[in-house]
Amino acid sequence: MLAEAFGPNSIAHHSDITDWEGAISAAVALLEQDQKVTGGYLARVLEANQDQGPYFVVAPGIAIAHAAPEEDVQATGFALLRLQTPVVSGSHNDPVQLVFAFCAVDSTSHIALLGQFAELMSKPVNVNTLLNEPNLRIVRNLLTA
Amino acid sequence: MKIYAVCGAGIGTSVLLKSNADRVLASLGIEAEVQAVSVSDALASESLAQVVLITPELKDQIQGIRSEVIPIENIFNLEELTQKLSAALS
Repeated sequence: MLAEAFGPNSIAHHSDITDWEGAISAAVALLEQDQKVTGGYLARVLEANQDQGPYFVVAPGIAIAHAAPEEDVQATGFALLRLQTPVVSGSHNDPVQLVFAFCAVDSTSHIALLGQFAELMSKPVNVNTLLNEPNLRIVRNLLTA
Repeated sequence: MKIYAVCGAGIGTSVLLKSNADRVLASLGIEAEVQAVSVSDALASESLAQVVLITPELKDQIQGIRSEVIPIENIFNLEELTQKLSAALS
């Protein structure tokens, strides 16, 4: 399931992003490149962040930027942007280094997918690989195995 | 027993929280139905959940709900979930 959600452009390492909104934008841009969302989605994710605070920074150093299903979501998708320099979001889980972007076409069809993701992320050894593994192919294998 | 896992949209963070809460409850041997819902759904719901799991940033938005509200700092930390759920439900 995760293998389908992570498109060909979905995993990237970024060395010159220094701010939180820039990090969200770059992560959501990966979803756009894989035709998972259209332009409106980023605006809604940034709006959610402004309205509700950085609540999608769900664990120390880890964010899952997302918004509710709407017409600007074309397929359920996942992307991961790893930052060279962690950024400050205002969350108690700052600073953020792994910025996932997620989108869903409806409110139910991705539940098993997120279950798989939650299980993966609940193992510290996996988070360590995501943070530190220089070879992004190994990172992709971990996320999509 | 009913538990709400709450987030802004009810599709992302709350689903992850539900998934890990289900896992923790199974290992604790506690039978409960965990529902992933948005803040507005949780507030509008007529049937009361015993416990609401929520990320700390959203806690203020759910003030007034007649459930025990448990903020979860790290939704991927099964130990934190185990500790907080067993304290609330035992």
